[in-house]
Amino acid sequence: MKREFTCIVCPNGCEIEADYEIKNGTPVISNIQGNTCKRGEEYVRQELISPKRTIASSILVEGGELPLVSVRITKPIPREKIPEAVQEIRQYRVTAPVRAGAVICHDFLGFDTDLITTKNVPAAHK
Amino acid sequence: MIRENIDTLIVGGGPAGLAAAVELWKKGMRSILIVERERQLGGILRQCIHDGFGLSRFGESLSGPEYAQKFIDEVTALGIPYLTDAAVMNITGSRLVTIATPGGIREYQAKSVVLTMGCRERTQGALAIPGERPTGVFTAGVAQAYINLYNRMPAREVIILGSGDIGMIMARRLTLEGAHVHAVFEVQPYPSGLPRNIEQCLNDYHIPLYLSHTVTKIHGSSRLEGVTVSAVDAHMKPIPGTEQYYPCDTLILSVGLIPENELSLDAGVTLDPRTHGAIVDENYMTSVPGIFAAGNVLHVHDLVDFVSMEAERLADHVAEYVREGSLPPCTLDVHYDTDINHVIPQKVSGANPFRLSMRVSHVMKNAAIEVRQNGNLIAKKAVKKALPAEMIQFDVPADNLQTSGDLEVTAVQR
Repeated sequence: MKREFTCIVCPNGCEIEADYEIKNGTPVISNIQGNTCKRGEEYVRQELISPKRTIASSILVEGGELPLVSVRITKPIPREKIPEAVQEIRQYRVTAPVRAGAVICHDFLGFDTDLITTKNVPAAHK
Repeated sequence: MIRENIDTLIVGGGPAGLAAAVELWKKGMRSILIVERERQLGGILRQCIHDGFGLSRFGESLSGPEYAQKFIDEVTALGIPYLTDAAVMNITGSRLVTIATPGGIREYQAKSVVLTMGCRERTQGALAIPGERPTGVFTAGVAQAYINLYNRMPAREVIILGSGDIGMIMARRLTLEGAHVHAVFEVQPYPSGLPRNIEQCLNDYHIPLYLSHTVTKIHGSSRLEGVTVSAVDAHMKPIPGTEQYYPCDTLILSVGLIPENELSLDAGVTLDPRTHGAIVDENYMTSVPGIFAAGNVLHVHDLVDFVSMEAERLADHVAEYVREGSLPPCTLDVHYDTDINHVIPQKVSGANPFRLSMRVSHVMKNAAIEVRQNGNLIAKKAVKKALPAEMIQFDVPADNLQTSGDLEVTAVQR
């Protein structure tokens, strides 16, 4: 089988064409072209098995200079879990001050990924 | 009124200004000041909470605020002076800078000024779409600020006009926040944003992208009720009979960015009609001696990493200018053919290597960008697929350059 991909690993966005077969449920790539680095091939393999994505959102901050602190997950999770992940992220609350890089949740949704803050939010001046 | 002398005044504390300041400091420059009109440093990155920043500059995928924080931490650790809540009101051609601060007006006589004001979004006013002017029409960046900074959801049923990166990123963000994004319409026959964003922001969420289509009428009185969309011909003129009505309460515009150069014009800086930024030489110096520009105020970039790196290159030349009082003259023009939309720099000396930045004006497969002078091939860069959406950058070595004879940049089919 032949399939075309746009690699999303980096902004180069390589257009990759891959020939592959599914053997015992595992994709075996026989020919791949268009990728300019190794990560492109890994991306294609993962897309054939189960696409994974990262996601960013925000959570509410109490007593902060800003009402929200931005968050993201540190490793990609299955793409179909992204809407569920965004709903789950909504549940969290933090109290200012918050520093970027604080872990809000380990093993988020049971995946090997952390939910971390990505912004400093100082406490509001009283 | 306070009036001080300073070596370098940096206008804007976004990614370009921060990177320039850190690099100047590392070069031993101590008489420098960053002036930022917002309450915090970081510029537009503060609202760009998605990841994918920093892959080139730091080798890791960061969100916008994290990327900015790396530079802010460095500015703080080094003790680089900065003012926030401070707006530059005027810059003269002799580099007298007037700043409004909460403590009153200040003036600086600067040996050099670094312009890093970034860019603005093109707005509805620039598009002249017929119809009413109800609320519900926002630029992508304004919608992004509502959601990511102020915790306000501005939309339920959404149409997006323009396939800029911020528009596509907002298509995903709005979808995940519960809005229904019907489609993205792009007037040009090719997307204006990066392919990876089409993939991960539109295709992943089954949001269709229609090329050669535009919004031809806005409906609604107090709130937007719908838009009429038409297909356009090769000259981007709407084709009668193709009109289709889409009910929606929100129209998001992602139709381009314009470098913000009002202050530059006050200072007498000459702008390039193509980039809407300053005409600069290989040192990133504008037509006014001692005034330099880098980042999105010079030409709109695709990636913040390249903004930072351009500002870092600028810093080398600013340091030399302050030290020596002048820079080698750049009298050679860089010309280009119709396949190319613009080039940076527009002037060179012919004595030094430089980084050429450019965009093609239409999609070209298996292209090569060639730089020639006096009939000699000076530099060549092969590009598998040249897209207007992707800036092309490469170094032009000094080896074969001569100090007389203009340069010619062409895009050729291989």
